Amino acid sequence: MKELLEFLSFSNPNVRVVTFGTMFIGMSAAMVGSFAFLRKRSLIGDAIAHAILPGIAISFMVTQSKSPYILMFGALISGWAAMLLIEAITKHSKLKPDTAIGLVLSVFFGVGILLLTHIQHSGAGNQAGLDQFLFGKAASMTKDDLVAYSVVASILLATVFLLFKEFKLMSFNAEFAQISGLPVKSLQFVLSSITVLAIATGIQAVGVVLMAALIITPAAAARSWTENLVKMLFIAGFAGMLSGFVGSYISFTAPNMPTGPWIVMSLSAIAVISLVFAPKRGLWSKMKRQRENREKILTENILKAIYHLSERRAADFPVIDEEDLQEIRQFNSDELKKGLRLLKKRFLILRQAEGFRLSEEGLTEAKRVVRLHRLWEMYLTQRMRLKADHIHPNAETIEHIISPEIEEELLRELGYPDKDPHESPIPYK
Amino acid sequence: MDIRPEKTAIEVHNLTASYNRKPVLWDIDFSLPQGQLIGIVGPNGSGKTTLLRNMMGLMKPDSGYVNMFGKKLDEVRERVSYVPQRETVDWDFPANVMDVVMMGRYRKSNLFKRLTKKDKDIATEALEKVNMLPYANRQISQLSGGQQQRVFIARSLAQQADLYLMDEPFVGVDAATEESILTLLSEMKKEGKTVVIVHHDLQTAYEYFDWIVLLNTRLVASGPKQEVFETELLQEAYGGRLTVLSRIGDLMAKKDFPMRESEFKEKEGPGDEGAS
Repeated sequence: MKELLEFLSFSNPNVRVVTFGTMFIGMSAAMVGSFAFLRKRSLIGDAIAHAILPGIAISFMVTQSKSPYILMFGALISGWAAMLLIEAITKHSKLKPDTAIGLVLSVFFGVGILLLTHIQHSGAGNQAGLDQFLFGKAASMTKDDLVAYSVVASILLATVFLLFKEFKLMSFNAEFAQISGLPVKSLQFVLSSITVLAIATGIQAVGVVLMAALIITPAAAARSWTENLVKMLFIAGFAGMLSGFVGSYISFTAPNMPTGPWIVMSLSAIAVISLVFAPKRGLWSKMKRQRENREKILTENILKAIYHLSERRAADFPVIDEEDLQEIRQFNSDELKKGLRLLKKRFLILRQAEGFRLSEEGLTEAKRVVRLHRLWEMYLTQRMRLKADHIHPNAETIEHIISPEIEEELLRELGYPDKDPHESPIPYK
Repeated sequence: MDIRPEKTAIEVHNLTASYNRKPVLWDIDFSLPQGQLIGIVGPNGSGKTTLLRNMMGLMKPDSGYVNMFGKKLDEVRERVSYVPQRETVDWDFPANVMDVVMMGRYRKSNLFKRLTKKDKDIATEALEKVNMLPYANRQISQLSGGQQQRVFIARSLAQQADLYLMDEPFVGVDAATEESILTLLSEMKKEGKTVVIVHHDLQTAYEYFDWIVLLNTRLVASGPKQEVFETELLQEAYGGRLTVLSRIGDLMAKKDFPMRESEFKEKEGPGDEGAS
């Protein structure tokens, strides 16, 4: 707790620089990365991150300076070269994009490592820290770095703000942008440039190897929460900032913990939570939907079985027990108990001294299911010309999904039939 | 047969094009009239979509050129609109119906700017014309195929062009969509718009269009439908490929051979006299 307060007070200037620096980086990489994600260019981010290394090494070798602007300039050029090369290989050879990306990534990265090793052995006095581009060097961020990052972040955000609608169209349907007479080539250039720029700043915090996570993960997480692009950008940006904050905090409190990997770890946690728990698109709600479907099918099958019993006994509300139901249809007995419990909860069946019976509502509901089954069988034989002995399995499923509107249409189309193809009466309300 | 119209909307001149290095269009040459519903009709693999994409400048021809209203496409961009096949985009994109239709209002002139109220009004009207106004706020990922098609057409209408090119708008759509597209087409014709539609179904082509281009990697016929719909021409278009032609095409793809020697490329032309 004391540590958290100390951290939050930002009294330590180093903490201040690192935290704000990584938050800026996280946010701008996430927002720019959202477009890469939507354009299905996720892997290109990884390739560019690796391809930036030789640019950084060369600009250091030429200028002997570690100024963030100079290094970023070199990074920008080699990142761009890699992107153009990937496009050129894809266009002019028979190689597919994934191969081209893999090739460019490894060649550029290999050259970068060679150059870095060369620099380290050349004995230049101030080379220390260059190799940290591999895994990031957030903890040793300086005030100058912070200023540089915030400048870059502002440029990126301003560009996204000004060209938001064009970027949206480019991500959804680039050809339509072209036929609308928009300057597609320039827009593409700008979009690619801000991506390279975001990556070039990002690798200073988390390093080449982990950079792809900063570009893609926030977008993937944000996408599961919303269907609105503006909201998606904000959520992604927020996730990026949050991970920068958490990463800095952990590396501040836990001794010898690196910032970069913790940023990526917290991002991944956010992504996993989003993919599982987001409403609608999340795994959890998908499982919930499936469970609801199973329960609907189970309870409706039980109601139908009860109705068949009442048909057999020629009574509306016969008192029955589980064994009677098992005779009509082979239920798994645990499932059957569960289904009966659900039905009792909805007062569709009522407990009796010996077993249970349908309630008034239960009978209506049971009739509805049987009606849908038999109507659908009519439809299958009359409209789809299926043979009467082939239609039952199909109708067993479809009866559970037919909506009132479709039922209405079925009735009209079939002319309110009395009997199904097996000569069983179709029950109306 | 190649009948020339009085007032030309599109002139395709000696267009030769290939796809993945394989020739798919051989010396296509025809002109299309203004103010009519025009079908580009041919069997699968006859190069209809390639032709449309070449017209729209989305692919570069190996030789020949296309003029619209007697000018190059770039000079008349805002008079021409295009409806791509709906499968060409990923509909699981975070946008709603109105967002997509508003894309029809994006112009070079409003780069960096927000769209105006007027743009919104135009988009709303376009949605109404395809009977999709009740779905304006619906997520595009939830649309049926026919609804997607209507959204694409509304986006195109929002461009307020004079000439519309549509790629297979009737494929895989429900009856309601087909009905609403057909009504729309007849309204557009009344307003004097020209609509060119790539269509593969011969049965309905005669019903839908005034003018028909029969295509099967080469031009079989272009003219008013009464004159193009002749057994002989239809058989020529649908009765299989020209064997020698397709063998030459295969060979060219295999040897990576150029479609034209450089001095025969005819990349530009004067355009039809008398076109508006």
